[in-house]
Amino acid sequence: VCQFLAHCQSPTGGFAGGPGQHAHLAPTYAAVNALCIIGTEEAYSVIDREKLLDFLWSLKQPDGSFVMHIGGEVDVRSAYCAASVASLTNIMAPKLFEDTTNWILSCQNWEGGLSGVPGLEAHGGYTFCGMAALVILGKEHMLDLKALLRWVVSRQMRFEGGFQGRCNKLVDGCYSFWQAGLLPLLHRALFNDGESELSRQWWMFDQQALQEYILLCCQNPTGGLLDKPGKSRDFYHTCYCLSGLSIAQHFGNMEHYHEVILGKEENRLAPTHPVYNIRPEKVAQAVQHFRRLSVPDSSRQAGPSADSEPSEPASPSAGPQS
Amino acid sequence: MSSAEEPSSEAPEVKEHKEFDVEAEDHFGDSYGAEPTRYIFYRDRKEWADLEPVPQDDGPDPVVKIAYSEKFADVYDYFRALLKKDERSERAFALTADAIELNAANYTVWHYRRVLLQALSKDLREEMKYITNIIEDQPKNYQVWHHRRMVVEWLNDPSEELEFIADTLSQDAKNYHAWQHRQWVIQEYKLWDNELEFVENLLVEDVRNNSAWNQRHFVISHTTGFSDPAVVQREIQYCLNQIRKAPHNESAWNYLKGMLQDRGLSSRPGLLEKVLELKETHCSPYLLAFLFDCYEDALESSFQKENMEQEQKETLKKALEICELLAQEKDTIRKEYWQFLGRSVKNKYGGNGPSNDPVAEEVKQSVPVSEAQEIS
Repeated sequence: VCQFLAHCQSPTGGFAGGPGQHAHLAPTYAAVNALCIIGTEEAYSVIDREKLLDFLWSLKQPDGSFVMHIGGEVDVRSAYCAASVASLTNIMAPKLFEDTTNWILSCQNWEGGLSGVPGLEAHGGYTFCGMAALVILGKEHMLDLKALLRWVVSRQMRFEGGFQGRCNKLVDGCYSFWQAGLLPLLHRALFNDGESELSRQWWMFDQQALQEYILLCCQNPTGGLLDKPGKSRDFYHTCYCLSGLSIAQHFGNMEHYHEVILGKEENRLAPTHPVYNIRPEKVAQAVQHFRRLSVPDSSRQAGPSADSEPSEPASPSAGPQS
Repeated sequence: MSSAEEPSSEAPEVKEHKEFDVEAEDHFGDSYGAEPTRYIFYRDRKEWADLEPVPQDDGPDPVVKIAYSEKFADVYDYFRALLKKDERSERAFALTADAIELNAANYTVWHYRRVLLQALSKDLREEMKYITNIIEDQPKNYQVWHHRRMVVEWLNDPSEELEFIADTLSQDAKNYHAWQHRQWVIQEYKLWDNELEFVENLLVEDVRNNSAWNQRHFVISHTTGFSDPAVVQREIQYCLNQIRKAPHNESAWNYLKGMLQDRGLSSRPGLLEKVLELKETHCSPYLLAFLFDCYEDALESSFQKENMEQEQKETLKKALEICELLAQEKDTIRKEYWQFLGRSVKNKYGGNGPSNDPVAEEVKQSVPVSEAQEIS
């Protein structure tokens, strides 16, 4: 896996979907997480940190957002992917996330959740990305936490037990993580904000109902998990259904831990870190490893490298790199 | 698109070239009439003989190896060859279409196609037609919408956009990419004029379309804004009308709250009364939650003001009763949340607060039990 991922790394930094392709923040996020799960010296050493920082700089936009790849689209996923890999590998240059906080905050809308870009509908995937990114940046308190809490708890379906991605849409197993995963983040944020009435045993969603939905409705009998009955299995849903199941099984904060395992003992999964979605031990180990290395000296600043994107024909309405 | 001369004996096979789309068909070339055109691999095409294909370099010990079809591997072997050479030619441009058809999510191919569009000064109007067809086929793909945006920007011509997006939305009224593109076009080219009407039509078709409610908020906040009292009054009326028609529509309630929350829900005179009326005939967990929000807002406004203690205690009691009702009966899936809110509000506005006033304590305990019957 280390070797394959090394083949997916771009010479200009970051990881691509496959060998020879251009780097993109989503596979970069996935590759770094995978390497941290493996957690060996070999795995950590695959990552070219200097180039990775260059790559992140090349995606940074003047308004604080990031494009997903050179010549690509902007949305809040990129802030999360960038913050995740930068924090794990210890390459957080001082100004790298300048204005990113404000940009993410502008994605919180009238519904209380966050949208992909400012103005759009609140959506579970994007809300998770926005909040988790802010947690990494230490700025989650700047959100309207109460409004966000109301929005996310309202996304659990009273009949199915699973979560929907947006108001008035259908349940989907993957939101077991994107949506339910917000509750541990909110719990900690509210606690840090001085909230005294938080439970010490349960997250603020129906943990049992979510486990029931996942185990009873989202399993393929030949293996793997899925969106909802009738859909086909895939690795994305397998990952996020299981991640959500782990969240639903394990309550934990500073001093208190509480488990709810629906069904037999073997159903117990390992706990997952609500920001990175890999095991907390793996996060700690990676952070410890990369802290011993110094933050690379980024001689580059924000903006794409020359010749990496066709220059637009003379057109006054053409905006910054998108 | 692809040249086809010699007959091919290739048989159809199960395709793995579209990631999670096991039903995708492989079009070998349109076959109208008696003589079907046969597909020819790039490796067998004379006009490509000068180019050495580049196989994918997975390394010595590939993991999670994808079983590409022969056609897929052939096209992409040649794509990699072109990329390596940075060849900017018509044949390269033609090949990108094949590569896109095989995997429209390959952002590297799209990037290269854009480089070629510029380098070869291709007709962008033709490109608009092309991308229109691709999106119609695969509307839930990031790359295709981004590509369309780039072409629209280069042409500086949004004139087809609103109609095109409307057409996409008529097939899936909640397509996130479509809405994103729509908001970009409207904002960039200032096409606000007819959007509220468009939204209202969508809500007539489906009053539960949350994307449409969001667009409503988007249009108003960027045009008249929500400070104008006439606008707010109109919107409140609109919400209440929709609620009467479909009481269990969460979107309408969320919109009502979302619109008013910055100014304070309890600042609207008469609204609380209207909602309490609706409670008799059009009750829902959303209505009850809205009532709670009104009470909480009232508590916040009157917090630690003088001569408000009795009123505050009444309001707090009502707020707590709603939490209890929702947690135990009307919205039990959110029990943990409603119980937390109850504790939170009690802690903040309850008599056990900083001002430990023994008189207030006594009053709290003597509130008549009969009030609890009001809600059920």
